Amino acid sequence: MSQITTEEVESRDRAGATLLESARQTARLSHLRKLEAESIYILREAVAEFSHPVMMYSIGKDSSVMLRLAQKAFHPGKIPFPLLHIDTSYKFPEMIAFRDAYAKEVGAQLIVHRNEEALQAGANPFTLGTQKCCGLLKTKSLLDALAEGGFNAAFGGARRDEEKSRAKERIYSFRDSHGQWDPKNQRPELWNLFNSRIDKSESIRVFPLSNWTELDVWLYILAENIPIVPLYYAKEREVVLRNGSLVVIHDRSELQFGEEPRLVKCRMRSLGCVPCTGAIRSEADTLPKIIEEMISFRRSERENRAIDHDEEGSMELKKREGYF
Amino acid sequence: MSTVLATFETFDSFLQQELKKDLLRFTTAGSVDDGKSTLIGRLLHDAKGVYEDQLASVKKSKVNRSNGLIDFSLLTDGLRAEREQGITIDVAYRYFATARRRFIIADTPGHEQYTRNMATGASTANLAIILVDATKGILPQTRRHSYIASLLGIPNLVAAINKMDLVDYREDVFLRLSDDFRELAAQLGIPSAICIPVSATEGDNIVDASEKTPWYEGPTLLEYLETVPVHEAASIESLRFPVQLVIRPDSTFRGFAGQIVLGRVRVGDPIVALPSGKSSSVRSIVTFDGNVDSAGQGESVTLELANEIDISRGDMLVSPSKQPTASTSFAATLVWMSEKPLVAGQSYLAKHTTRAVKARVTNVRHRVNVNTLAHEAAGDLEMNSIAVVDVETSQPLLFDLYEQSRSTGSFILIDPISNATVAAGMILEVSSGSTTPARHLDSRGVDSSVPVTAIEKFERHGHVPAMFLVPGAAIEAVERALFAEGFETVVLRGDALRRELFFHVFDLLYSAGLVILAGAETLDAEVRVKLQQERADRTVFDVSSIADEVASKELISRVLANARSLRLGTHAEKGE
Repeated sequence: MSQITTEEVESRDRAGATLLESARQTARLSHLRKLEAESIYILREAVAEFSHPVMMYSIGKDSSVMLRLAQKAFHPGKIPFPLLHIDTSYKFPEMIAFRDAYAKEVGAQLIVHRNEEALQAGANPFTLGTQKCCGLLKTKSLLDALAEGGFNAAFGGARRDEEKSRAKERIYSFRDSHGQWDPKNQRPELWNLFNSRIDKSESIRVFPLSNWTELDVWLYILAENIPIVPLYYAKEREVVLRNGSLVVIHDRSELQFGEEPRLVKCRMRSLGCVPCTGAIRSEADTLPKIIEEMISFRRSERENRAIDHDEEGSMELKKREGYF
Repeated sequence: MSTVLATFETFDSFLQQELKKDLLRFTTAGSVDDGKSTLIGRLLHDAKGVYEDQLASVKKSKVNRSNGLIDFSLLTDGLRAEREQGITIDVAYRYFATARRRFIIADTPGHEQYTRNMATGASTANLAIILVDATKGILPQTRRHSYIASLLGIPNLVAAINKMDLVDYREDVFLRLSDDFRELAAQLGIPSAICIPVSATEGDNIVDASEKTPWYEGPTLLEYLETVPVHEAASIESLRFPVQLVIRPDSTFRGFAGQIVLGRVRVGDPIVALPSGKSSSVRSIVTFDGNVDSAGQGESVTLELANEIDISRGDMLVSPSKQPTASTSFAATLVWMSEKPLVAGQSYLAKHTTRAVKARVTNVRHRVNVNTLAHEAAGDLEMNSIAVVDVETSQPLLFDLYEQSRSTGSFILIDPISNATVAAGMILEVSSGSTTPARHLDSRGVDSSVPVTAIEKFERHGHVPAMFLVPGAAIEAVERALFAEGFETVVLRGDALRRELFFHVFDLLYSAGLVILAGAETLDAEVRVKLQQERADRTVFDVSSIADEVASKELISRVLANARSLRLGTHAEKGE
């Protein structure tokens, strides 16, 4: 099965680039510009105030935007912190290829961390369920990686408009020595004055994109020409229908009993692990079409990710345990 | 797929529209049963700000209070505990857009113990919606919410007179409540206050004008939100540029990164760096997208100056005319946000712009009763109290009054031991005769007239004091281990251990913030008892029971484990 290369996507978007140039000029004066300035302010504050910052890099569109903002914040200097990718080993191969190429292009140090112990014990979402699988391969892996690196501040690309418990998240989110979030005991956050005080082994998660919406992210990607993983663009892919979601099949060994893959033109609205991230049927093979589709669909992007649905309030539970 | 944006040309025009939108941040306040969450849910729903799957999740939710109908309040009550109690307990941020504007809502709770949350939501808002229950009228809470909105400097106030359906949409009820509300707003000095008759559950006058209120000719709530001016007229036009960090990738470039909080900067403009007072001019305004000729309020840029002057984080670049006040003492209104009451004279950390300094409240002038707005005798400042106080800082703050500038007139207080944010402050005035001109400060901007406190010493050491009673033979090894870990140590020997001298020496060293070591055997039994009884509030670790020849691994690791609990928070300032 052929994959769209980044080059193909870029050349296709270049066709519309001239027409979009005037729009990009406008973008420099818009509310996006305000959001950008606020995010840059947040990134700079955290770098000035913490001895060991790190940026969570999930390879998704929000991470791509956050990375661009980091380039802007410290220009003409380099990005003054490493990128950290928590690799569950279940990520799409296109994501890994994109990650390695892009980190190199940006010139950032990349740390990849896996919970090898759990993987060797055979951790997977099919037998463990998504809660436990995420707990081991994401949350535990993340906490281990942060502890190993001695990081006391971690940037995350989460937005408050994504999910209800995230709507209450601070920009500087305090985590105790176990990396846990206590939604009932958050520090009040007024104006743009952030409290960076922590004791040893405590940490702060910093969310520079707190006030961005999904549409803002896409408009910014368009206005700034930010590269994204080709999985976001629609093309014909082999899929099966599983629990109401379209699951992309890379290898026939991924098929469950009785499943027969078929070719469907589809794309990813958000990127996660292969078994838990559904595709959507889509014709959107350019950025403008993606934005158009986003507006017409009016479905929140996390709908097709099984992990938020396993229990009402499940994101809040995960966050309490240390998940981003 | 929709054909709304089927071609590039129409997409382009769509994009032009999207990118011209401005941003309005507003907050909402109301009492527990005013139906505030329902109002916001209705606004999001009718303005199509709610995604369909979120609606589905609300419909199937276990605690739906509307018997199968959509319970709009569940759209904003995010956390489990809240859902179970049916009360919003914290600040939740919501986002929606119409064809005209992008909106950020800070949804904050209304009941008394959460004044701090409303202050938080109000601190970044341009407008506040105050919910008034038409069946109950102006309540003490209404007064409180309006007061907090005015205190935090929100220029526009709108009273949503809700539950009009329960008073049969009567005009006289609306007019009476409007008069009451306008009187309140006038009393608080709020420049713009309007009233709108609504029913959140029925959807009247939220998005579309209601047929049930033909006597009302004003805007619907959404119309008002879409048209109220968002840009506050700047009362100060000169530059305020707090330096966040110095960017120095190599020896050829040295730039000061920050966000312009007031005014405008152009290449060639003269600037003054505070607190040093040294002058320079702007050589270039650097951004990732290329250098620019000028930059205005809200923009994050990096400034290169014409000549090299010593500037670091916490300094402020300003225009030579109309400089901010540099002072170590001022009066401020405080909103107390911690369960631990204010202790006057105690050292706190103040964060103001990008500057963090030690601060203490020297005097509480009066408390404000948030329900009656009456000034009351100062007492303890407890959680959710509001008071006017005098503040002194160890180094000068570079500020404007809050009523002139929210960004350079606001600060927070942090407890240096618990690290909690304990108060929000709004600067009211410079204390008379206390302005500290630059000449009273030494070259580092230090004011020599402010005494050094014990907390400041602890902060410098990075730990609080304690005493360790250790096996005498191991005392040097223990000191070495603690010293290597960064603790300031001292060993008590000889005369210092004498009964009549011991407590004098102990208290002195303890207040200096040191980790004091003494051989357990060398300490008089009577002294040990007295230490336990009369210095019960002091930290004393007795590790002398660990059997030891020289200094076992067990002993050292026990000492270090105890010592770790003495550490203070990581220092806020790590320098460049």
